[in-house]
Amino acid sequence: MAPLRAVSAEEIESLAIGAWILGTGGGGSPYLALLNMRALYAQGMRVSLMDPRDLADDDLVAVVSNMGAPLVGQERLTDPRTIARAVTMMEEYLGRRFRAIMSLEIGGGNAVQPFMAAALLDRPVVDADCMGRAFPEAQMTSFAIHDLRMYPLTLVDVRDNAVVVAQAASWKWMERLSRTACVAVGSIAATCKAPRTGKEVKECAILYSTSKAIRLGQTVQAARRAHRDPIAALIDAEGGRLIFTGKIADVARRATEGFLRGTAQLDGLGDDRGRRLELAFQNEFAVGWLDGMPRVMTPDLICVMDTVSGEAIGTETLRYGQRVSVVALPAPPVLLTPKGLEHVGPRAFGYDLDFRSVFA
Amino acid sequence: MRRIGIDVGGTNTDAVLLDGDVVVHAVKTPTTADVTRGITTALRDLLAAARPAGAIDAVMIGTTHFTNAVVQRRDLTRVGAVRIGLPASASLPPFVDWPTDLAALVRGEVVMLEGGHEYDGRPIVPFDERGMRDAARRIRAAGLTSVAIASVFSPLNAECETRAAAILREECPDVAVTLSHQLGRIGLLERENATLLNAALVELARRTTRAFTEALGASGLAAPLYLTQNDGTVMLAATAEAFPVYSFASGPTNSMRGAAFLSGLGDAIVIDVGGTTTDIGSLRRGFPREANNVVEIGGVRTLFRMPDLLSLGLGGGSLVSDDGRRVGPQSLGYRLVEDSLVFGGTTLTTTDVAVAAGLLDLGDRRRVAALPADAVKTTLARIHAMIDEGVDRMKTDAREEPLIAVGGGCFLVPERLPGVSEVVHVRHQAVANAVGAAIAQVSGEVDQIFQNLTRDAAIAEARRVAEDRAVAGGADAGSLQLVEVEDLPLAYLPGNSLRVRVRVVGDIAERPAPQRSR
Repeated sequence: MAPLRAVSAEEIESLAIGAWILGTGGGGSPYLALLNMRALYAQGMRVSLMDPRDLADDDLVAVVSNMGAPLVGQERLTDPRTIARAVTMMEEYLGRRFRAIMSLEIGGGNAVQPFMAAALLDRPVVDADCMGRAFPEAQMTSFAIHDLRMYPLTLVDVRDNAVVVAQAASWKWMERLSRTACVAVGSIAATCKAPRTGKEVKECAILYSTSKAIRLGQTVQAARRAHRDPIAALIDAEGGRLIFTGKIADVARRATEGFLRGTAQLDGLGDDRGRRLELAFQNEFAVGWLDGMPRVMTPDLICVMDTVSGEAIGTETLRYGQRVSVVALPAPPVLLTPKGLEHVGPRAFGYDLDFRSVFA
Repeated sequence: MRRIGIDVGGTNTDAVLLDGDVVVHAVKTPTTADVTRGITTALRDLLAAARPAGAIDAVMIGTTHFTNAVVQRRDLTRVGAVRIGLPASASLPPFVDWPTDLAALVRGEVVMLEGGHEYDGRPIVPFDERGMRDAARRIRAAGLTSVAIASVFSPLNAECETRAAAILREECPDVAVTLSHQLGRIGLLERENATLLNAALVELARRTTRAFTEALGASGLAAPLYLTQNDGTVMLAATAEAFPVYSFASGPTNSMRGAAFLSGLGDAIVIDVGGTTTDIGSLRRGFPREANNVVEIGGVRTLFRMPDLLSLGLGGGSLVSDDGRRVGPQSLGYRLVEDSLVFGGTTLTTTDVAVAAGLLDLGDRRRVAALPADAVKTTLARIHAMIDEGVDRMKTDAREEPLIAVGGGCFLVPERLPGVSEVVHVRHQAVANAVGAAIAQVSGEVDQIFQNLTRDAAIAEARRVAEDRAVAGGADAGSLQLVEVEDLPLAYLPGNSLRVRVRVVGDIAERPAPQRSR
């Protein structure tokens, strides 16, 4: 069994950058979670990363995420103690101890949440998640695609409120029940999702996505330091595709059924001059049409980045005039199976399109 | 209406007299260390030359003084920080993301108390009034004179902040208090940072405003004094001295507003070419388009209303490599008039290239006669490419737009650019800053979450609140105009939540409204 690997403060910084890119426009900025990690590391705490292959089949793994409205998260700031409490609450409910902690989604701020809990609880973080990116709903995970059980779930807030969803009839019900509790406590809560065995993680999680996020961040940082093009560096290192380079010409947003939906129109620049890309989003970027023809779609990762700095841009911060590059990164294979596409393909977001990968 | 606009910059103090829409006269004098003397000199020169036919109705001053204090870490007051919101947000206390050197200068007592509100206005937990009273006593014991108070979701419900201020005033009556809901938008850390910066600057602001007032008195002017803010509007000096952070970046804003006024254009791109840098911005209805992003001031993240500017390392003093291929970002700055070729020095600058190309007649043109024509051409092509790209970057519309060129280095701007309908040069372009100050209006702004209202109803309500604020700030109610509306539906919040940001502006009321307590 390989020893646990200590994660350096620099790697945490890289993780935040990489996770924001993997957020594909959603998932919330990792900035506040990063500030928490800086504070914890300044106090001398360290977190280790665990290779998922080192989990014993009957080990128990906590799957954590912060749930709620990103805007509320800008006032009620994420706190390591809350996410750690969601984990210990689940341990109390199960009467068992977790071997390690992992992230629900590696895209956005939730990539850093297991690190916050792990620092306080002195457990390793498993190098894995169950989305490989960010998605808006509970059933959009590799665990759901593998039909694993979706309960129990613990949800805690900063006061002494805690909720256990002991059972749910389906993933949709779990989403509905936990969302209701989340709204009641102020639309921000820490959650520990259905516990997973080591075997389930090894077979059904998206492995090595944490180290992938760190690597993505390092690629961008290295390019910036060397004054090279961070977009080109990222595409090179990750086998991505440059879909479009342009300028945001229009953004329309509307909230429906708890999503931030909308479209952005991009006018081409450079080689793309004269062309137009329309990007549709539902929290995350979902589909891109190039001059009216579908060009890129979920679950392929659609990353919109500042053309110069390589910094990822969220769907909430899209703005007229931004110079952006749209890059596609390959989706984890499990999302591309027929079952996977039922959960996270274009039709799962209401687009009547047959999935075609830009990498096919 | 006769108005005087003054721009107190790092190098020059400029003053202009406007009668109605006409620039009567403009003067430029060196800025002095005590600020007052520079203003007195500028006013004396201006009044002597212009001889206004009647009384001056208003004086507007724009200054970079407070920004510079933060950037240069000087004249800052140590502050007490009170955060209300526990048990929420406990792990990220005030000053958490400040540069250490600045925090070391500003951080006094830091107190975190239970209280604050949810997004829907419910309390998180009851406000810890007793804790606040203890904190007030500690603040008094520590001898702090300025306090910043920030409560969770105070832009939606300011009750905890106003109650905390009342308790503080009972315990320490002389302390200056800055409340976060008066300054900012949603985003606790950024709003709190602005509040802390403001608290650190209020003493300097009070001193500076008094110096301005004295300078006016010494010049025999009885007109009300206004200070310009970063959104191109003004506040009465008596109010503004409590909110120095609002003056951050008012310089570029005044310059763009001045360019709009002098050219008579409302929608245009503005390029301000100085000695070291070029600022490019976009005018919409006569106001600079604002940046939406987090803005850092001296390394501190804030959410101020700042003009969206692209800064290039290009100016009249920029260094040029011998082969002519590289331009800037290094610049001779104020040494241009000594060290550049045309002024007898040995350093090749963009000014020398412009003189060699016949774009400009300055210094001794024989000293650049030997520059190879190819190199001159290469450099100009490089400069034009930088400007082309910068202008294109700031354009938000594919249609052609006019480009207004101002600033001492505006000879570098080519006469034709892609996407530009015409390059507009204006009279008095060198004092566009002071003109922008002179024409400033009064604004009111709201940024708030509305629930269970239709989009139209939410915007109407936001507009009503913004208009009330503008009138309280001295605006003439009849002249108010809506200049910005932005609505953002909020994901994951129930009840049709809509975040609405509205800004209105109006002319200064003929007789300024009496100052209201805020």
